[in-house]
Amino acid sequence: MRMSEETTFNILNPFTSLDLGIASWADGIKGWAIANRSAIQPLKRVINDTIMGFEGVLQAIPPVITIAFFVLLAWQLCGQRVAVIVGVSLIALGLLDPTIWPLAMTTLAIVLSSVLICIVIGLPIGILAAKSDRFHTIIRPILDTMQTIPAFVYLVPVVMLVGIGNVSGVIVTIVFALPPLIRLTSLGIRQVDSNVVEAARAFGANPLQIMFKVELPLATPTIMAGVNQTIMLALSMVVIASMIAVKGLGNEVLRAMGRLDAGKAIVGGLGIVLLAIVLDRITQGVTQTGRERGYRHWWQGGPIGLLLWAITFLRRPSAAATEAASGGDTVQISSASSEG
Amino acid sequence: MTASNDPVIECRSLWKVFGEQADAAMKAIQQDGLGKEEVLEQFGCVLGVRDASFSVRKGEIFCIMGLSGSGKSTLIRHVNRLIEPTAGDVLIEGVSIGDLDNRALRTMRSLKIGMVFQNMALMPHRTVLENVAFALEVRGMTRAERFEIAEQAIATVDLGGWKNHYPDQLSGGMQQRVGLARAIAADPHILLMDEPFSALDPLIRKQLQTLFMALAAQMNKTTLFITHDLDEAIRIGDRIAVMKDGEIIQIGTPEQIVTEPADSYVSDFVAGISKLHLVTAARIMEPIESFEARTGPFDANGWLRAAPGDLLNRLADLSIDTDLPLAVETDGKVIGVVTKKALIRGIQGRSREDEGAYANV
Repeated sequence: MRMSEETTFNILNPFTSLDLGIASWADGIKGWAIANRSAIQPLKRVINDTIMGFEGVLQAIPPVITIAFFVLLAWQLCGQRVAVIVGVSLIALGLLDPTIWPLAMTTLAIVLSSVLICIVIGLPIGILAAKSDRFHTIIRPILDTMQTIPAFVYLVPVVMLVGIGNVSGVIVTIVFALPPLIRLTSLGIRQVDSNVVEAARAFGANPLQIMFKVELPLATPTIMAGVNQTIMLALSMVVIASMIAVKGLGNEVLRAMGRLDAGKAIVGGLGIVLLAIVLDRITQGVTQTGRERGYRHWWQGGPIGLLLWAITFLRRPSAAATEAASGGDTVQISSASSEG
Repeated sequence: MTASNDPVIECRSLWKVFGEQADAAMKAIQQDGLGKEEVLEQFGCVLGVRDASFSVRKGEIFCIMGLSGSGKSTLIRHVNRLIEPTAGDVLIEGVSIGDLDNRALRTMRSLKIGMVFQNMALMPHRTVLENVAFALEVRGMTRAERFEIAEQAIATVDLGGWKNHYPDQLSGGMQQRVGLARAIAADPHILLMDEPFSALDPLIRKQLQTLFMALAAQMNKTTLFITHDLDEAIRIGDRIAVMKDGEIIQIGTPEQIVTEPADSYVSDFVAGISKLHLVTAARIMEPIESFEARTGPFDANGWLRAAPGDLLNRLADLSIDTDLPLAVETDGKVIGVVTKKALIRGIQGRSREDEGAYANV
C-alpha cells in the first residue's frame, strides 16, 4: 500500500489517495496465463475433440435429415405439438438465407459442446453442493461472480491461456452458462421429500443407492430446468464468443454490426432465436413429460411406440386385431401414441 | 399370543438430546438432574427421549402411545438407528446396534426390520411393484426374484390388480397398504409402525387395523406400533407404553392401563375409553370371602354364573335378566361376586376401592 504523491490522505474521502494496486496485480493473471499455456493443452484437446465431433456430424448430415431427426426426437420426448414447433422452426431457419444452415450447425455444435461439458462438470458439483452445506456456502459467491461478471473481463485471460478459436469460445460460454445447472441440481436434490429418503434408509439402502434410486430420479425435473437454462445462456453467449474468432451465426451478427448491415444482423439474430426455440422446447418438454407422463413407459408413445405397435400388428395381425377389439394392451399403446 | 421370553427388541435407558451442545446437556442432566425446560434454557437443546427402557418379546405387538411431541416417533427411529442415541443402547435379537458398522447396520435394516410411515413415504417415480420390491432390490436380489416376492406381498394386502400403477393413482388407504406390503415383502422379523393409520379416515383406519391384526397373527412378527390414538393402541396392542414429554410413564396390558392408570395424565387419557370390551369379571368382582364377611352367609344357587375372564359387556348382558348379583365361578366353584353396583362402577371405570362399593347391596 502506498500513498499517491499528488494527493494527501483525507479521512472523509480516503479512496482517491489510496492505491492498493489491485488492477496491476490482477493483470498478473495474464502473465500467469501465458506462462501456463502448456499445462492447459490436454483440456484444450478434449474440448476441441468434443466440438469437432459435434460439428463433424452436424455438417455431414444433409439438412432435411437433420430436421427429420430433431422432429422425431421432439415427438418421442415431448409429443406431437413440440414436434411441429421444432419442425417449423428448423425449416424457417433454413429459409432465412441460402448460406445459413452450415453456420447454424457450427453454432449448434458449439452450444451442444458447451452444454455437454457443463453437465459433466455441473452435475457432480451440484450434487456436492446439495450434500454439504459448507461447500454450498463456499460455492455460492463463486457462482454469483460467474453469472454477473461481464464476459469481456475474462475473455482476455482465456485467450491468453488458450488462444483464440472455438475452444476459448466454449470455455467462456461454460463460465457463463454453468451456474444455473449447479444451482438447480443442488436445489432439486435438496427438495427431494426427506420422508422418502428416510424410508430408503430404513430399508437398508446405502448412500449411492439413495442417490441413484431416489434423489436423482426425483430431482430430474429440476435438473432438467437447469439444463434448459444452461442451453439458453449458452446461446446468449454466441455473439460475444464470436469476438474471439468463434465461427457461426454469432460471427455473422458481429460482422454485420461492423459493416452496419442491419439485414444480415437480423438474419443472424433470427437464426439464433430459432435455434433457441428448438432447444428450449425440446428440453422443456422433457422436463414436463418426466412429471406428467408418469403412467406409461416412454417407449409406448411417440414414433417408437407407433413403430412397436406396427410391428406387433404386422406380426400377428389376427391377434392384434382381437386385442384391439377387446380393449387390451395394444389399444393403450395406440391411443398413447396418438395422444403423445 | 404365543411369545417366548427372549426380547427381540430391547431398549436400555435410552436418551436423546437434540441440539449442538447435546453432550454437555446430557452430562448436566445425568449429574444435576435437569428437566426438559432447564435443558432448553441452559443449553438450547431439546430433550427428545428421556431414559426409555422397554423390551418387546417375540411375536408381541407393543404399542407406544403418546400425544404429538411426546417423543414416540423419535424413540422408534432409534430401533433401526435412523437416529443415534445420546446415551443408552438398543439391542435387536441380543445384538447392540450401536456397535454395528454402517454396512452391518444396512444389512440388519434390509433383512430384519420393516418400517411403515405415517406419511406413507412411497417413491412417486416407482410403480407399486417397484416400491414393494425396494428392500429386496437394495439387498441385490435379481429382478425376477424380487418381483415374484413383491407380487405375493401385494396380494397379501389385496392390491393384486394395482401393481403397475403409480402411488399417486391410489387412495390414501391403498397407499398405506402398499407401505405395509413394502414392509413385509422382505419378510423381516420386526415391524416398525410409525403412526401408520393416523392419516387415514376412520372407516379406512378400522379396515387397515383389521387387516394388520390378521396379518400380524398369521405372520407372528414382533411389532413396535406407534400411535396417538388410545383406542387403536388398546385394539391392537398386547402391551402399551404411554409416553409423555419424552418419558415412558407406564407400561402395561391394555386392561392394566385402563384400570390402573399410573398417574393423572394416564387416567385423563383413559377416562373416555369404553371398558366394556377390556375389563374382566375377575377385576371387578368381590372375592367370595370378603363378600361373605360383609353380608353374612348367602345362597348363590339362583344366581347367574359368569367366568372370571368374561368381559363387562357379557356381564351386563347377564345382569339384564336378573335382579340378583352374578356369581363368578371357575371349575364349578364360586370364587367371587359381581353386584349391580360394582358392575356399573366397573363400566364407569372407577374401582371398588374408591367407592366402598359394597356398602349396601
